[in-house]
Amino acid sequence: MIKLVGILLVALGFGFRVNALVVVLGAGLATGLAAGFSLREVVAMMGRLFVENRGLVLPIVLMLPVVGLLEKHGLQERIATLMRQTAAATAGRILWLYQALRGGLSVLGISLGNHAGMVRPLIAPMAEGAAARRGELTPATRERVRAHGAAAENVGNFFSDDILVAVGALLLVKGFFDAAGVVVTLEKIKLWSVPTALWVLAIGWWRYRALDRWLAKRKERAK
Amino acid sequence: MSAGLTLEHFFWLVGLFVAAVAVRLALNAGHPRRWGSAAFWLLLAVAVGGGKHLPAEFVGWMVLAMGLLVATKQVATPHFPDGGEERQARAGQLGNRLLGPILLVPAVAIAGSLVIGSQLALGIGCLGGLAAALWVTKDAPVAPVAEGGRLLEMLGWTLILPQSLAGLGGIFAKAGVGEEVARIVAAALPVTHPLVAVLAYCGGMVIFTVMMGNAFAAFPIMTLGVGLPFIVQANGGDAAIMGTLGMLSGYCGTLVTPMAANFNLVPVRLLELQDDWAVIKAQAPFAAAIWIFNVAVMYLCVYRF
Repeated sequence: MIKLVGILLVALGFGFRVNALVVVLGAGLATGLAAGFSLREVVAMMGRLFVENRGLVLPIVLMLPVVGLLEKHGLQERIATLMRQTAAATAGRILWLYQALRGGLSVLGISLGNHAGMVRPLIAPMAEGAAARRGELTPATRERVRAHGAAAENVGNFFSDDILVAVGALLLVKGFFDAAGVVVTLEKIKLWSVPTALWVLAIGWWRYRALDRWLAKRKERAK
Repeated sequence: MSAGLTLEHFFWLVGLFVAAVAVRLALNAGHPRRWGSAAFWLLLAVAVGGGKHLPAEFVGWMVLAMGLLVATKQVATPHFPDGGEERQARAGQLGNRLLGPILLVPAVAIAGSLVIGSQLALGIGCLGGLAAALWVTKDAPVAPVAEGGRLLEMLGWTLILPQSLAGLGGIFAKAGVGEEVARIVAAALPVTHPLVAVLAYCGGMVIFTVMMGNAFAAFPIMTLGVGLPFIVQANGGDAAIMGTLGMLSGYCGTLVTPMAANFNLVPVRLLELQDDWAVIKAQAPFAAAIWIFNVAVMYLCVYRF
């Protein structure tokens, strides 16, 4: 039971809104020590894992100079102008299309982009611009539109990656059952991923339509 | 064309960029937390750029030093001037040419991933996009460092949270945390009942993913501890259907946990949101609706096919 001290620390830390980085490093130290490793062993483990997972920062940091430079020269403003000229565009429709496109490409094993590469420079300004066509955005409406932009990226990314091309999740499931001596075929895993992927598109349609309606209602109340 | 090019080169490049930001910070006397912030970014630059060549324990102490700088509030983001009118004017001058570089990045990344690894292709795409952006805007070569540095400081410590969480997951795995939890779940619930087994497995995937921040880490533990013994062995369920929908249930946990920092907290900073939980709140209805669907499909199908 003592090994679970890390989980307890994380739950308490997030609950009391302690800085998340501090919580996570502290929980790692505590768990390692509770499991009987020496301090130097735990610190070395943290260092090794930090270096092994450097790949997580790569796609974000490499995008920053490009995005920062273009934003300085008015990228977001340009996209907002374009969207204001497009009559059919609403925030919800743009986000649903992005989620579908992100998911569709991910079926083919293609990763379109991420929060730094697509959402901040393109998708969020597009959705905001479309929403602004129907009335100026307030800080609250802007925040809600942007948060849904991040959601479209995540939801599109997560739920369709084991359908066609064998990547991460699919190989993990297959590899796990192989190791456990249980026979499963890749075809069956792929087949049973399809219903959820379609359901996720339907849920997206519902959520983004709810966003559009919420925006319309806020605008009416502002009048 | 890139026979000698590896991801390691891009780690050096990221290290150089972050180091340049740190130096610019140290030279900026008006910065609210000049030395603490510069030290934080310099530590990160060395850990990312040279991590492979440094002893693991040394990097570990560097990570803890970064944590200490954050804990003592020595890392801060200055207030950047807005410059909205200037941007509006530039947007009018440059027009759609601004879109070229930002669309070039995914185009190169997608085309390149068919030939070389996808991360390498994205790296090359970013460099291409940067060259195109400099050409379109005719700005000075130092501008990308200044503007990228602005975004980097805005991200702040959130940037290394995903890495630290992956590390925590690794330590959890080594310490055997997962087995402990699976044992408690199996002992506390009447999991031999077919429906209870499905609920415990899919629910456990969510709870575990919420705690670890990663469905991949939850999957082997829950499947060994609950799925295989109670759904497959005790009730004759189908392993492929169970595993697939179990993993997809885990993703519902990823949508609602701050532990999945790169998906749920990094975008909060990146999109300059006020509420730390804004992305999770937007995703919670998705997660609930998708989870219920997964449970229903699994219960209706796993014992039949």
